[in-house]
Amino acid sequence: MNLALEHRTGGTAPGPRRRLANLLYRRPGLYLALLLLPPLAWFGAVYLGSLANLLWQGLYTFDDFSMAVTPELTLANLVALFNAANLDIILRTLAMAVAVSIASALLAFPIAWYMARYTRGRMKAFFYIAVMLPMWASYIVKAYSWTLLLAKGGVLQWFLAHLGLEPALLWLLGLPWLGGSTLSTSHLGRFLVFVYIWLPFMILPIQAALERLPPSLLQASADLGATPRQTFVHVVLPLAVPGIAAGSIFTFSLTLGDFIVPQLVGPPGYFIGSMVYAQQGAIGNLPMAAAFTLVPIVLIAAYLAIVKRLGAFDAL
Amino acid sequence: MHSERAGMPLRLLAWGGLAFLHAPILLIVVYAFNTEDAAFSFPPRGFTLKWLGIALGRADVLEAVKLSLQVAALATLIALVLGSLASLALYRRTFFGKSAISLLLILPIALPGIVTGLALLSAFKALGIAPGLVTIVIGHATFCVVIVYNNVVGRLRRTAHSQIEASLDLGADGWQTFRYIMLPNLGSALLAGGMLAFALSFDEIIVTTFTAGHERTLPIWLLNQLSRPRDVPVTNVVALLVMLATMLPILGAWYLTRDGDSVAGSDK
Repeated sequence: MNLALEHRTGGTAPGPRRRLANLLYRRPGLYLALLLLPPLAWFGAVYLGSLANLLWQGLYTFDDFSMAVTPELTLANLVALFNAANLDIILRTLAMAVAVSIASALLAFPIAWYMARYTRGRMKAFFYIAVMLPMWASYIVKAYSWTLLLAKGGVLQWFLAHLGLEPALLWLLGLPWLGGSTLSTSHLGRFLVFVYIWLPFMILPIQAALERLPPSLLQASADLGATPRQTFVHVVLPLAVPGIAAGSIFTFSLTLGDFIVPQLVGPPGYFIGSMVYAQQGAIGNLPMAAAFTLVPIVLIAAYLAIVKRLGAFDAL
Repeated sequence: MHSERAGMPLRLLAWGGLAFLHAPILLIVVYAFNTEDAAFSFPPRGFTLKWLGIALGRADVLEAVKLSLQVAALATLIALVLGSLASLALYRRTFFGKSAISLLLILPIALPGIVTGLALLSAFKALGIAPGLVTIVIGHATFCVVIVYNNVVGRLRRTAHSQIEASLDLGADGWQTFRYIMLPNLGSALLAGGMLAFALSFDEIIVTTFTAGHERTLPIWLLNQLSRPRDVPVTNVVALLVMLATMLPILGAWYLTRDGDSVAGSDK
């Protein structure tokens, strides 16, 4: 290759652009460095710089009386994360993230299975778009729509009333863990909104995992005498696990960091995200807010370590 | 086994799931044309286009639309440049630190928005940069890069490198090779990545609440409206417009990349 280049450029003196092209071709390291310089400069300076600054600020001291931040280093903010009140916030958020992930997986599986096994051609494209559009439709509009759905006298109540199901709703809202006086101020309502908003993020990875499952495996399993149920438990499910794990990365981490939905729907009480927002905004305690962002970072890192073992990264 | 039809329960669950995904979206469409100006009454009373006109005549709505369009355009532009450079650097060569760089690109969307948002806010404060258009764009561009990167890197992996070598052999310089060989190949991937980045930026709210200061992008305008029930009809109309503004680019991006390319919307 170099030979050819030299032969070609041997005759007339090459122009500067040609010489540059030759230089970059012969020195791929230089070419690579020039390509990488702008994105790395941006991500290094803007993103990593900000993150480092944030973690560093988590060690600053906040004076409760003067409401002022001083650059004296302390571990007090990190220790404060383990207060009973803060642990309560963390557990509440964590429980919601886990519940949302499980429910999304249960709802997503049949849709993904149907898409992967029983649709093809135009039908498959239709299903794909039908899942992708709600996924990308504006987040805030979807959250808003649910406030309309769940409101007292809103759409859901109208339907339940016409179906004669209001007593069932009252019974559900009376349960201690789901409770709340109305749907829009209950844990159940908030849970529904979260499941709705993140569901497509679960459907697509599961569908992709199931798409790769060869139908011959199912035939073999049936030929060998397995009931459909056994085939599902021993063949389909294990091969779908990487997809479920990949989807759960989204449902888990997106729920963990959210502060808009908890603000719009559900009972009072902070989520991790709303705590961070309140600390830096209304309270002005940037160090505590910074320390609080460590919680989702650590939880998500731990979660990624777990799902990596389930093969989630191969299914992304 | 292949030609077998799905059982009734499965079909119900699958189509029911689709209905669940679309019902709240249809609701927004219905409410945008509702004649009723009180809050959440259902069923709707009648059909009107009145609120559309009122919403489009409101200065605060137009301001927010303008800001959101500016932010999305600038963020998309930066993301296109940085994302293409990164994908050209990473698609073929293996070198030390490569996986660290691809992780770095994904990090802004893998970590919750509150982390990115607060990190940028604290950095802007430390440097004394006043929040405004520039700070919003910096935040958005950072998490849009990976969208462009994913689209372009997928296309590059399917493009034969021998074409580039042939072009250089035949005497084209680097610019000519880029202009006549690579760009025609990458065109629709860049367009698709740009549309997705635009939609993502146009819709982003969590990072923006930290970096916007007193500025209001359209999603922040909407969020503020929710605590003010007085002009629900205008909110409904704007909600519909925002939804359309994010959904149409997605359809376009899907159309451009549908032939077995890396799936356009496979992650956000």
